[in-house]
Formats: sequence, C-alpha cells, structure tokens
Amino acid sequence: MRRALIADRVATAVMWAIAAATVLLLGAFILRIVWSAVGVLSPSFIVSDPQFLGLGGVGPLLWNSFYMLLLTLLITGPLGTAAGIYMAEYAEENRLTNAIRFAQETISSVPSIVVGLFGLIAFVTVLHWGFSAIGGGLALSIFNLPLLARLTEQALRAVPADERTGSLALGATKWQTIRNVILPLAIPGIVTGLILTSGRIFGEAAALLFTAGLGTPTNYHFENLNVFDPRSPWSPLRPATTLSVYIWKTNSEGLGSHVAEIGNGSAAVLLVTVLLFNVGARALGSLLQRGMKIR
Amino acid sequence: MVAAASMIFVVGVLLLFIAWNGIRLFVVDHESLTLIFNPTWRPLAGDNEPVLFGLLPFLAGTIAVTGVAIVIATPMSVGLALFLSEVAPNWARRIVQPSLEMFVGIPSVVYGWIGLTVLVPWLRSSFGWLGFQTGFSLFTGALVLAVMILPTITSVSYDALRAVPQDWRFASLALGTTRWQTIRHLLIPASLTSMATAVVLGMTRAAGEALAVQMVIGSAPVLPSSLTAPMSTLTSQITLDMGNTTLGSTWNDALWTMSLILLVISVTFVVLVRRLQGKRTWQ
Repeated sequence: MRRALIADRVATAVMWAIAAATVLLLGAFILRIVWSAVGVLSPSFIVSDPQFLGLGGVGPLLWNSFYMLLLTLLITGPLGTAAGIYMAEYAEENRLTNAIRFAQETISSVPSIVVGLFGLIAFVTVLHWGFSAIGGGLALSIFNLPLLARLTEQALRAVPADERTGSLALGATKWQTIRNVILPLAIPGIVTGLILTSGRIFGEAAALLFTAGLGTPTNYHFENLNVFDPRSPWSPLRPATTLSVYIWKTNSEGLGSHVAEIGNGSAAVLLVTVLLFNVGARALGSLLQRGMKIR
Repeated sequence: MVAAASMIFVVGVLLLFIAWNGIRLFVVDHESLTLIFNPTWRPLAGDNEPVLFGLLPFLAGTIAVTGVAIVIATPMSVGLALFLSEVAPNWARRIVQPSLEMFVGIPSVVYGWIGLTVLVPWLRSSFGWLGFQTGFSLFTGALVLAVMILPTITSVSYDALRAVPQDWRFASLALGTTRWQTIRHLLIPASLTSMATAVVLGMTRAAGEALAVQMVIGSAPVLPSSLTAPMSTLTSQITLDMGNTTLGSTWNDALWTMSLILLVISVTFVVLVRRLQGKRTWQ
C-alpha cells in the first residue's frame, strides 16, 4: 500500500519534471536564437542584398520566402478548400473516397526531400523550367494541398448539424446551404489552418533545394511588374532561394568569415516570422469567432 | 471532386517518376540489386579500387538514427501526454500546449542550426571523454530529431488518452487505486494501439527529415558503429550529393535509388498506421 503511494508520488513528480523540461527547452531555444542574433540583426540586415563573402543582408531571400508562400497559397487555396468541401459534404464511403484518403495520407508522409526530388524531375528537367520560383511553389503545393484539404474538411464537419438541417428545412439547396450557412461558420477554422500551414511553408527548405534552386537574382526593383522579366522580383520563372534554404546553403558552403553571423541572423528572422504566423493564426481565429457570435 | 481526385493524380505521378528514376541504377546502369545490402560506398575510384555504390551505410544509418530518436522521444512524449491529460492543472496545460505548438512551428533548418552551433560544440568539449571526437554523431542527429518528433508523438498520444471514457477512470479510482496505478493498468493498455500509431508517425517524420540531420550527423558514408561516431543517412547523402552529380550518371542514379527506398519506407509507414487504426481494441 505504502509502495503504491510512493510510486504515485514519484510518477507525478516525473511527469511534472518532463513538462517543465519541455517548456524550459523551448524558452532556452528561443532565447538562444534571439540572443545570438543581437549585433547582427538590424534594419539593413533585413532589407539589404547578400554579399559573396561579406555579411550582407537577407532582403531578397526574405522576399522570396513570402513570394513563394503567395504562389503556394494561390495554387492550394482554391484547390484545397474545394477538395475539403467535397470530402466533407459530397464524398460517399466508396472506393474513390478511400483512394483519395490514402493519397492524402501518403503525400502527407512523403519526406519533403523526396517531394523536392520529384519537382526536380517534373518541373526542372521534364518541363525545362530550370530552377524556378513556380517550381518551388508547386513542390510546396504538393504537400500543402492534402493538409489544407483536411483542415477544411475538419472545419466543415465541426459545424453543428442543426445549422445544416435548419437551412435545408427552409428549402435551400445543398449548395446554397454550403455557401451561405456552413462555409461562413467554418471560416475561422479554415483561416487558422491556412495561417498555420503558411508557417510551415515559410520554413520549408528541403523541398526547395532542388526546385527553386540555390541562387537568386538580387537588387530587386519592385516597380518592375513584368512577370516575364527574370530580374523582376515578381517573376515566377526565376531561381529563388528562400531564407531557410539560405541558412543551409551558407552553412554548407562555409565561405567567408561571416557564416555564423549570417546563420544566427537569418535563423532569428525566420523564427520570429514563423512564431508571428503562429500567434497571428490564434489571434485571428478567435477574433473571427467572436465576430461571428456577435452577428 | 476533381480537386480531391487531383491528389490521387499527384501521388500517382510522384510514385511513377521516383520509381522509374529509382530503378535506373539496376535497369539502365546494370548494377546488381545486392548493392542495397553492400556496405561499401566508394563513388570515386581509388588505386586498384573500382567505384562501388553500396547503399547499406545509408539505409542502416536512417534506421539507426530513427531508432535512437524514437527511444529518446517516446518516454518523454508519453510522459508529457499523460501529464497533459491526467495531471496538469488548467494553468499548466495553458503553458505546455502552446509550447508544443511552437515546437511544431519551428522550421527544421533552425533545429539543424541550433544543433550545429550549440549541441555539436557542447558534446565535443564537455563529453569528449565519452567518444564525441567532433561532436557530429549519430547521437547528435537523434537528439535533434527527438525534439522535432516530440510534439507529434505527444499530441497523438494525448488524443488517445482523452478518448478513454471518463467512467473507466472513475471506476478504477473507486476501487481504491492510485492515479499512477490507473494510468499503468488502465489508461496505457487502453490506448496502446493509438500510442503505437503515434510512434509510427514520429518515425515517419524522423526518417524523412533531411537538412536538420545533414547539418549535425557528420556525413561519413560508413556503417553506423557507435553512438558517438559520424555517419550518414539516406536523406543526408541525397541532400549532400544531388547538386554535385550529373543527371544520368551512376552516382546520381544511386541517389535516386536512395530516394525510392525512402519513399518505400514512408508508404510502408502509412499502411502500418492504417492497419493500427483499423484494429483499435475498443470504441
């Protein structure tokens, strides 16, 4: 009896310790990244061009990360939402649905480097695009699509059945019900999911190494809106190293005497942006939720 | 429907392309299938030594680093899941859960960077007596991976524990058991298959992670012999060599074969997860 009580105490203490260690680890992690970036991080580091051997900045790389995210969302946003609506509202339990689910799970678990290699054959080699932002965006879309489809599906399924039956009882068609009743109610969930997956896209590197490439034009002129001009920052058919790829590249090439500073600075910019996505997703989600209740 | 079915198309094309490039090593270059289990990786010929593309070092490396990462992460994750579902007061849960979500959000390159700039020098200077000569090692890679898969295993295990009916807990506690006895004899057995699913999901992520591992593992193409020695994995070797080899060369084809092996591993895991979810013992 006594032994059981002691074991209970010990187990409880161990669980508290694990939890505390996890939170402390996260804290130490973030502090370390922010701390080591002190002295590197400055407005000019964030906006200026990288230099071959010097410290330089990460301006174009940060832009590429956002640009690639934009491309990916343009591709997967409509497609993923449509797929999610279909899976939640129309799909019957048959072999097609089962195959779609299997495909969905498979893509979600394919290593991102393999997705990148697929992009290397499909976009770079077969389609002759070379290393390009759109190739990178498509590679990112491959694993963002199933994720977004699932999040949309979950958000739609979370809408109470009464809303649906109420609308249908009023004589609305199925599509009217989805468009005017269910979708608006599911929007907070979808938006939160969208931003959370954006964070993941923003930090992804392995899938981009061999699709968007290890080089980028610099000296951007944002007023150059000609998307066919490879020097324009808006062009999807130019190589586009992102911030996360840049961290890996700087480190693996190891050239110049500023490798550590570049890495520390870029890691901090990347981490802060991703955490902002995280916090923003939550804030926006609860904001939309509240707005809905008032209405 | 077209949107949903496009996922089947994507998977089909992806499998086809990777499979075709993956078998080129055997079909086009006429290398022997036994290369998969050959321990010698010698992409450049030496004196009297022909090139040899044995893939075993990388396959074994991936298995080893994934295994060690799982061994480190599983007890931590299950403990954390139990803490969240059984022990934690509300205020603690409100701290731990967002922390885990942040862990998920941190990009893998950042994990690799911290591993490289903090973990590697620390292991080298403080634990050199254990055999960490450079700090780059199987153990370093596994440790970085363990942190990365911790949230995955925790959240799936947590969902499994939450799914156990509350009445069962009350029934057990009413018999006079302590909380720990309830956990050990009721909750863990009841959610065992789901926890196995959680571990497989963790393995999927660990085996497929590329850059973070490549940055800390030391990239030595040899069979993993010790926890403290540098080695290579399928992903780390692909990351390292794909950019430096000519498309169509035997060396390059060997890398494609590695990615086919990776793909086979991850599809196996998907099937395994489906199996496990299909045979949940109750519900």
